[in-house]
Amino acid sequence: MKIHIKNGRLIDPKNGIDAEQDIYIAAGRIVGLGQAPADFHANRVIDAEGLVVCPGLVDLSARLREPGFEYMATLESEMRAAAAGGVTSLACPPDTDPPLDEPGLVEMLKFRAKSMPGPRVYPVGALTWKLKGERITEMAELHEAGCVAFSQADTAIVDTLVLMRAMEYAATFGFPVWLRPRDAHLVKDGVAHDGAVAARLGLPPIPVASETIALATIILLMKGTGARVHVARLSSAEAIAMVRQAKAEGLPISCDVNAHHLHLTELDLADFNPNCHLYPPFRSQRDRDAIRAAVADGTIDAICSDHAPVDDDAKELPFQEAEPGATGVELLLPLTLRWAREHGRPLGQAVDLITRRPAELLGIDAGQLGLGAPADLCLFDPETWWQVTRKSLHSLGKNSPFLGMEVQGQVRYTIIDGHIDFERHHNH
Amino acid sequence: MSANLQLNDDGSLRHLLSLDGLPARILTQILDTAAGFLSVSEQEVKKVPLLRGKAIFNLFFEPSTRTRTTFEIAAKRLSADVVNLNIGASSQSKGETLLDTVANLSAMHADMFIVRHSSAGAAHLIARNVADHIRVMNAGDGRHAHPTQGLLDMFTIRHYKGGFHNLRIAIVGDILHSRVARSQINALTTLGCPELRVVAPKTLLPHDVEGMGVHVYHRLEEGIKDVDVVMMLRLQNERMQGALLPSPQEYYKYWGLTPEKLRLAKPDAIVMHPGPMNRGVEIDSDVADGRQSVILPQVTFGIAVRMAVMSILAGN
Repeated sequence: MKIHIKNGRLIDPKNGIDAEQDIYIAAGRIVGLGQAPADFHANRVIDAEGLVVCPGLVDLSARLREPGFEYMATLESEMRAAAAGGVTSLACPPDTDPPLDEPGLVEMLKFRAKSMPGPRVYPVGALTWKLKGERITEMAELHEAGCVAFSQADTAIVDTLVLMRAMEYAATFGFPVWLRPRDAHLVKDGVAHDGAVAARLGLPPIPVASETIALATIILLMKGTGARVHVARLSSAEAIAMVRQAKAEGLPISCDVNAHHLHLTELDLADFNPNCHLYPPFRSQRDRDAIRAAVADGTIDAICSDHAPVDDDAKELPFQEAEPGATGVELLLPLTLRWAREHGRPLGQAVDLITRRPAELLGIDAGQLGLGAPADLCLFDPETWWQVTRKSLHSLGKNSPFLGMEVQGQVRYTIIDGHIDFERHHNH
Repeated sequence: MSANLQLNDDGSLRHLLSLDGLPARILTQILDTAAGFLSVSEQEVKKVPLLRGKAIFNLFFEPSTRTRTTFEIAAKRLSADVVNLNIGASSQSKGETLLDTVANLSAMHADMFIVRHSSAGAAHLIARNVADHIRVMNAGDGRHAHPTQGLLDMFTIRHYKGGFHNLRIAIVGDILHSRVARSQINALTTLGCPELRVVAPKTLLPHDVEGMGVHVYHRLEEGIKDVDVVMMLRLQNERMQGALLPSPQEYYKYWGLTPEKLRLAKPDAIVMHPGPMNRGVEIDSDVADGRQSVILPQVTFGIAVRMAVMSILAGN
């Protein structure tokens, strides 16, 4: 398949391009920029007038719910949703059932994902067996099977000695460790930020200290173990300040934030909307503002969707009983664009945060459109507003805090490995 | 916000889920209506035909004989048909979801659900999912709200003190886990109580409780000094020993209301308690049964207040 994309605004932060430029694709690679290579005869010409042409999105956390949670969503449905969201590469956390703690499971998942259309799937292996925080996994074997990093998903390793050993063992091979800072005792049965709203609604609170204490432990252990750590899903101003400090000290630390946390706060919980039950919780306005500023100044390295499709039965419950998480893979782009618009940042920086930078964190060949690069692209209309509804979402999970609201920025084409994987017709 | 779900487009009460966000006009309407119902309970025939033919379902997902009985009596005095369901023991354990249970009961032509549930927001969830003509009353959801208890406490205060505008009031005990305290605070701030205090050790107070419009005291002696009303809260058994409190003895010594401590309040101060009481833990028997106690009248007023809410909801 040879594709010629013309008249689009090409944004490729890695190569410093933001200009109207045609792009030529053949055999799954970028073969021409600006002008066609010799003897190029396109099978398909896409007129990208008014569209942004950028690298395909790279999502650091998208749950595909297989194996084990097919009643919530399926690999097929969520791969399709990801493609509809412009995502061409994604990392899936190990919190499947059974968890991704054996090479066979990882190979099976990769094989299944490859057999169907949709983004490239990069499994994140379990750091400990069954994610129980007791016994470390066969990380080297899991790496050979295709794991790009190791994590505990949403759970915490309660035993600090096990955490230290896991970090040491991963560091032996130079594997990155992805950790959510979460002190299990302080979180306990908490479901909402320990602030004025939780006090008023009588919801069990999650103090900021549950994040900062766990993060302090991680940072101190990094110094002794030499592990490379990616801190997943920060939620508080205090934790961000700690990461900023650790970076200034030269520690090999990186971090991300869930796109929802760029916009929502504890106030959005009023009326007990279970779709606003996420972990970590939406915190105060001050925390939200600190997140937005830290994304702008680069302290936060990437924005992810933390996609968690949940079936209605598990969501239509009283707030504290509802399964946490939000479907997000189709909102990653519009929520990131909204941050850039509201924060007065250039479009190129927004694109960078969801393409090149997460690709670098994953250590994969993606997130840029230089000559010879894999032809993974997203073409979106930055102006179009669309309404988030049960129908407009491709994901089987309809659990979005933004249900019923309008968002700006709509994916028109997703090209993966040189094939048009998703295409939205104009007045659709 | 929660207020919208509770009100009709014309501003009248649709559901009673929480006192948070309800205007003073509605709280006063309920108290005034309740005053009219007080006499019904004193008649020889304790019944009025206001809700004849209406089906009221007591949906108790958490066991409580006492509270359920007061709602049942209130409904029967209004001539409604009452069905009691202890769901904790049946459907939920069979895996039926909360909303399935509600849909099934709606198909039996219910007019009103009275809901008690261990999770905050359960009544909101039901109110969002019932047919237009069905009314929902929250009889306690987790730590969130117990609006009829809050209202009967307001009725009691107004009955003995004539109003709220010149009062200094202290709420004493486990604020953190108390839906009663939250409803009391919401009502008192709305009705214009100028000085509302909460008194508890730090382990029994939510962080940011000041945001609800209260002054925080940790020592009982300071907290009840010169107050007009002392509202005691029940301390749950499971919280008496552990990481929240060391022992019931120490709690009684520092936060239990004894006749000596009560003397620090105004001489005509009244003492309230939502029941059931732990004598010798949060309250001394001499206070509970003393001349300043209005704990039994609270129970009587509770029936009238619940009748008032039911009749207002059914009429809107």
